Amino acid sequence: MLSFLARRLGLLIPTFLGVTLLTFALIRLIPGDPVEVMMGERRLDPQMHAEAMHRLGLDRPLHEQYLNYLGQLARGDLGQSLRTRESVWSEFASLFPATVELALAALLLACVLGLLAGTLAALKRGSILDHGTMGLALTGYSMPIFWWALVLIMFFSVELGWTPVSGRLDLLYDVEPVTGFMLIDTLLSEEQGAFLDALRHLILPAIVLGTIPLAVIARMTRSAMLEVLREDYIRAARARGLSPARLVFVHALRNALVPVLTVFGLQVGSLLSGAVLTETLFSWPGIGKWLIEAIGARDYPVVQNGILLIAALVILTNFVVDILYGLANPRIRHGR
Amino acid sequence: MPRRPTALLLAGLLAGAVQAAPSSLVVCTEGSPEGFDIVQYTAAVSADASAETVFDRLLRFAPGGTELLPALAERWEVSADGLEYTFQLRRGVKFQRTPWFAPSREFNADDVIWSFRRQIDPAHPWHKLSPRGFPYAESMAVGELIARIDRLDDHRVRFVLRYPEAPFLANLAMGFASIYPAEYADRLLAAGTPERLNSQPVGTGPFIFERYEKDAQVRFRRNPDYWDGAPAIERLIFAITPEPNVRVQKLKAGDCQIALYPRPVDLPGLRRDPRIAVLEDEPLLVAYIGINTRHPPLDDVRVRQALNLALDKAAYLRAQYGEDGAAPAAAPYPPSLWGSDPALAGWPHDPEWARTLLAEAGHAQGLKLSIWTRPGGGPTNPNPGIGAQLLQADLAAIGIQAEIRVLEWGELIKRAKNGEHDLVFMGWAGDNGDPDNFLTPNLSCTAAASGENQAGWCDERFDALLREARRTTDQAQRAALYRQALAIFHEQAPWIPLAHPREFAAVRRDVEGFVISPLGTNNFAGVRRTPASDPE
Repeated sequence: MLSFLARRLGLLIPTFLGVTLLTFALIRLIPGDPVEVMMGERRLDPQMHAEAMHRLGLDRPLHEQYLNYLGQLARGDLGQSLRTRESVWSEFASLFPATVELALAALLLACVLGLLAGTLAALKRGSILDHGTMGLALTGYSMPIFWWALVLIMFFSVELGWTPVSGRLDLLYDVEPVTGFMLIDTLLSEEQGAFLDALRHLILPAIVLGTIPLAVIARMTRSAMLEVLREDYIRAARARGLSPARLVFVHALRNALVPVLTVFGLQVGSLLSGAVLTETLFSWPGIGKWLIEAIGARDYPVVQNGILLIAALVILTNFVVDILYGLANPRIRHGR
Repeated sequence: MPRRPTALLLAGLLAGAVQAAPSSLVVCTEGSPEGFDIVQYTAAVSADASAETVFDRLLRFAPGGTELLPALAERWEVSADGLEYTFQLRRGVKFQRTPWFAPSREFNADDVIWSFRRQIDPAHPWHKLSPRGFPYAESMAVGELIARIDRLDDHRVRFVLRYPEAPFLANLAMGFASIYPAEYADRLLAAGTPERLNSQPVGTGPFIFERYEKDAQVRFRRNPDYWDGAPAIERLIFAITPEPNVRVQKLKAGDCQIALYPRPVDLPGLRRDPRIAVLEDEPLLVAYIGINTRHPPLDDVRVRQALNLALDKAAYLRAQYGEDGAAPAAAPYPPSLWGSDPALAGWPHDPEWARTLLAEAGHAQGLKLSIWTRPGGGPTNPNPGIGAQLLQADLAAIGIQAEIRVLEWGELIKRAKNGEHDLVFMGWAGDNGDPDNFLTPNLSCTAAASGENQAGWCDERFDALLREARRTTDQAQRAALYRQALAIFHEQAPWIPLAHPREFAAVRRDVEGFVISPLGTNNFAGVRRTPASDPE
């Protein structure tokens, strides 16, 4: 087990180095000059432009800039945004809870509905219900997020007026960020009704972001469930006269969950990438929107370290899932 | 129809919208402010969140106009040679009291001197602390212009210039000339936290900054001690909403009372809505195509005139800005600005004449040119792809084969400065209500030398007129000089002037006193809300 851990950990460092090199190279390969972008339509003479480049350290050779960047990372310094002067870490930390809140809501929705739909489809295999759910899952999986979001906004927000159009909270509520999780902060504040308002704001973005994982989980659950239902112990249990509900939801589902859970680790990455679009569409102040704006402004430190932080998160999640999987399954940890 | 209990519960949960307190104003703005230390930033959205709310300047522009009014300076005198400006400062002006700063004294001459020396004096302790420098002060060469600033007494300061500069007073009303409390700066420096100047701004303005939640909202409350009378609005909130259609939806839903910059396509729907009023104005904007006069055969004035004659401007305007979205341009600045020439009509759409001119210039066989444009749209060029294609088609009609190249904005500016283009789509926003602000940065010989003049056009007669106008303080005389310059511009055709885009804002009917500024900024100090007039 120890050598397995060591091997996995040893992989982390080169992976991170690879990410730093990639983000560093990519943002510089995209043509565009941060000083010009900062100035908008105002113009600088070449000398002032050169001074600004020097001030930002962008006049040095690329390899030197990269080594400086690595040195900075080694000191645990994530740098400052070129645009706002705020430290990248504090910006990330202030926006990340919004993304986590949205992703958790989406994941919760995807799990509950996905498990339910997958189980029902497996039980009624070949029925209209089965074909219907799986068809819907395929549709959900292939739906472009931006279009789906606009459809929902047009219908529920504009036509029916049930849900807010965008944002996390009606701005007339004055809720100070404490934890950064709006559902918690509204409960901590003294504003009446703010919690329900925050919940209403969460509904549409969570549906949009949860659609793809929901489809994936529904399909995974269905096939895992079908497999489990064929096992001897299920047939034995059925023969012993267990109630169908108990049989399915206690015995079969528990075992079917094992392969489904491994999908979770992989969903973290796709949830974060889906969040970029969803946050932009709903003006949801999280890291997705933050990164998009930083790329547009050629804000090098934010793009490099923002992506690094997200990559770290995805890699660590997968690492933890790997370890847990290894603990549960000795064949994996012995490298077979 | 009877509803099931769950549906009722759901509807109850979903439908309970908050009723807006009329003392609050929520504005759906188009983007996040870059920061609040306004001298570091150039975006209008940053100016709205700091220069127009937290800060004041010595002078200000009249709401909705470009006329200069006294602000922190009550009056001023200009010496006969135009080199010395003496300002009498307003007494009894209080700096804002915030949780992070309690002022111990009122506004005085020290604050004026601090605010300018910081930007123009490299030896000033704060000069090096701006990582981005001071874009306006630098690009306008304010440091070269101002020889020194004298403190005459607590309430009098004198600016001594190195050369006469007619737009100087108008420049002092711009955002970068905002007055900061020197006392606050001293305390921040002593505490070793100078970056707070950018995140916790303090000024003398109508609204006190409360909190910024990145990409979500900026909150202000009214300044009860404002020298010009406290605003009627108690709480001012900017709801940051970059998507224009979302801004409109939020306005309709009552989530905000003002939606800035709706798209022209959304205007007919908004105008039909009885709860909403659409405001419009002609801001100081010009969209144009720069013709690189250094690339033969574009150095031939006949070819440049032919290009102007080839473009079907009316069709271009309709496709680009929608009906009524813009007025056709004939000059480098809008006709609403003083010093414009109402008689100047611009080149007509006349492909026949264009072909004749091309033939005279020896290009009857046709020509090959490149058209440069940017990928994403902006206020002066909302849909660059379509615009470039229209130009391409119009040029083909007179026998010019044009290739379209789309370059990312920063790259486009850089390479256009090097003069690599033939034709390039550009725009300019004026920010002090002076014609010089359009002409010198874009069309002077100095600007041609540095590359900022994308036409690379340097005309001695034109340049001499600009210089003379800058050194003249009489506005009528200056206007006459600019009219002469416009005639040369028209005849020499270094640009294809395209349009003066209009600017729109949609407001709920209960909002009173909001006016669009031609300078592209938004000020809410004079806004009030009258709940009775909002028919729900």
